Amino acid sequence: MLERALIGDRRYWLWIILLLVLISIGFLFYLKQLAYGLGITGLSRDVTWGFYIAQFTFLVGVAASAVMVVLPYYLHNYKAFGKITILGEFLAIAAVMMCMLFIFVDMGQPMRVPNVMLYPTPHSLMFWDSIALGGYLLLNVIISRVTLNAERKAIAPPAWIKPIIILSIPWAISIHTVTAFLYSGLAARPFWLTAILAPRFLASAFASGPALLILMCFIIRKLTRFDAGQEAIGKLTQIVTYAMCINVFFILMEIFTAFYSNIPEHLEHFRYLYFGLEGKSRLVPWMWTSVLLAVLSLVILIVPKLRHTNGLLIAACLMVFGSIWIDKGLGMVVAGFVPSPIGHVTEYSPTLPELLISLGVYAIGFFLVTIFYKIALSYKEEAMA
Amino acid sequence: MSVNRREFLRLAGSAAAFGCAFNFPLRAIAGEDSLTAEAAQATGPLKAGRWAMVVDFQKCREINDCRDCIDACHAVHNVPQFDNPKDEIKWIWKEKFEGAFPDIEHRHLVHEVLEKPVLVLCNHCDNPPCVGVCPTKATWRRKDGIVMMDWHRCIGCRYCVAACPYGSRSFNWRDPRPFIKELHREFPTRSRGVVEKCTFCEERLAKGLIPACVEACKHKALYFGDLENPDSEVRRILSEKFSIRRKAGLGTNPEVYYIV
Repeated sequence: MLERALIGDRRYWLWIILLLVLISIGFLFYLKQLAYGLGITGLSRDVTWGFYIAQFTFLVGVAASAVMVVLPYYLHNYKAFGKITILGEFLAIAAVMMCMLFIFVDMGQPMRVPNVMLYPTPHSLMFWDSIALGGYLLLNVIISRVTLNAERKAIAPPAWIKPIIILSIPWAISIHTVTAFLYSGLAARPFWLTAILAPRFLASAFASGPALLILMCFIIRKLTRFDAGQEAIGKLTQIVTYAMCINVFFILMEIFTAFYSNIPEHLEHFRYLYFGLEGKSRLVPWMWTSVLLAVLSLVILIVPKLRHTNGLLIAACLMVFGSIWIDKGLGMVVAGFVPSPIGHVTEYSPTLPELLISLGVYAIGFFLVTIFYKIALSYKEEAMA
Repeated sequence: MSVNRREFLRLAGSAAAFGCAFNFPLRAIAGEDSLTAEAAQATGPLKAGRWAMVVDFQKCREINDCRDCIDACHAVHNVPQFDNPKDEIKWIWKEKFEGAFPDIEHRHLVHEVLEKPVLVLCNHCDNPPCVGVCPTKATWRRKDGIVMMDWHRCIGCRYCVAACPYGSRSFNWRDPRPFIKELHREFPTRSRGVVEKCTFCEERLAKGLIPACVEACKHKALYFGDLENPDSEVRRILSEKFSIRRKAGLGTNPEVYYIV
């Protein structure tokens, strides 16, 4: 199976080499972080979680979004997704791997991470999150392997895999719910202390993940003979549109509650994000970019004439992805710490080593997606020939 | 498992070998710390049903720029002094009044109260959110109320820092050892990548000594004692003077009280 990843044209190998270079750079800087400590990042006593944890949170959403192709296909027998479920599952595997790596690089004592399993602590959400993520990874590895094997042999997948696939559906919801609970259960952080955090995470996940999948389908169409089909892309677009509408709706609900209730400790975080506090406004341009991208993407996605133009659809998907990445991958985590529970307004921005380590983790994810897709698509192309 | 460990730590603590048990576990087990063990036998460890502290803010704010308690604490606990505020570690420090009591502060509050900083430290909550979130039980609450830290188990995830409503926890962003002014050999230093905070001087209590900050306060602004003992000094003061606690509305039930 793996040998399929070793056959490729020049472009393929250049891409692989680029990723390997990025991974190596990230690894070298990680060694530097190991030697110096997490002080190498932009984090501080007041802002103790930053870019790593934010990327983790964002990518849990990408991982969970595989359910948006798995559910219609397996529960509603929606045939158009048959060809791309494997792509969704492989994307989920790569995303979960990145999540785990982002958690790992954020640990002060990485060698002690096994302590989470050696001293299982059911009252800690982090324990449950590691179980949810680990389980989700295992489920998707089993499912993708078995279904790909069946496809390779041109036979139907074994019957026993069906209940496992069905189980993966609520499991996908659970990973992002538990990840939201990591934040929303903390009395100390009013910004996260909101019951809508888990629904909001899910809505943004089901917009950003399928948006990425649409982009992947276009890239694959360009690079290989495999075509996901206009029907599948059209349905994915619909999912992105609904999810993005719900996501924006949820954000507006948050903003209404914060601004109308006018409780300072809740409001200040939103003011920091969108207007700045005490003259500190590093995230303000980002947040308004996120707003602008969300509005523009929705215009394209909602007007039929616009979304049926492939070029505009691609732009809309990039905008959805970008908007949600800023919201979750930059704003959401950091704003919980600004201001701090004792009123300090300390700003944070990631340092160069921090960004290069993150880039390295992303490169590992892209590397995995490339290899997985290469294998899966080579069988699909064969079947078509 | 965890109970055994706690039990072990309690015993290790009452042998007054706690500090060394962390830093040099083998030596402590081998009983090399006989000197401190003798000291414990002489006076016996201090015990309580519920340890608590009272900060007489009225007395405290009369003395400008006094930081005896802070210096004493940070010296005996090998708390490093970093130049860069980003790396800062502190167990007990002075915070602006509006930072410590955001829901009590108002513009026309008695001027001295508003202007003078408040002494803050770990509140040793009865319902500590930090203990709830820790994924490895590296921080836990003892029966006598002290919220403890195991610097050899902490994985450095900083979930406890996110969960503490009082900003009482610090993380070792880099190796703290080169930044310790004068090494106090009876207490362990920490490695980079772990969280630390005030432990109500449990290592001193085990030796029969009161917390370093209370001992260092010449102005008698700090009281420490057993809340479950009706005759204790802390109980007497709390029944005589009006006191407040930080963010009591969160239900954490902090056990550091302030006399305003």
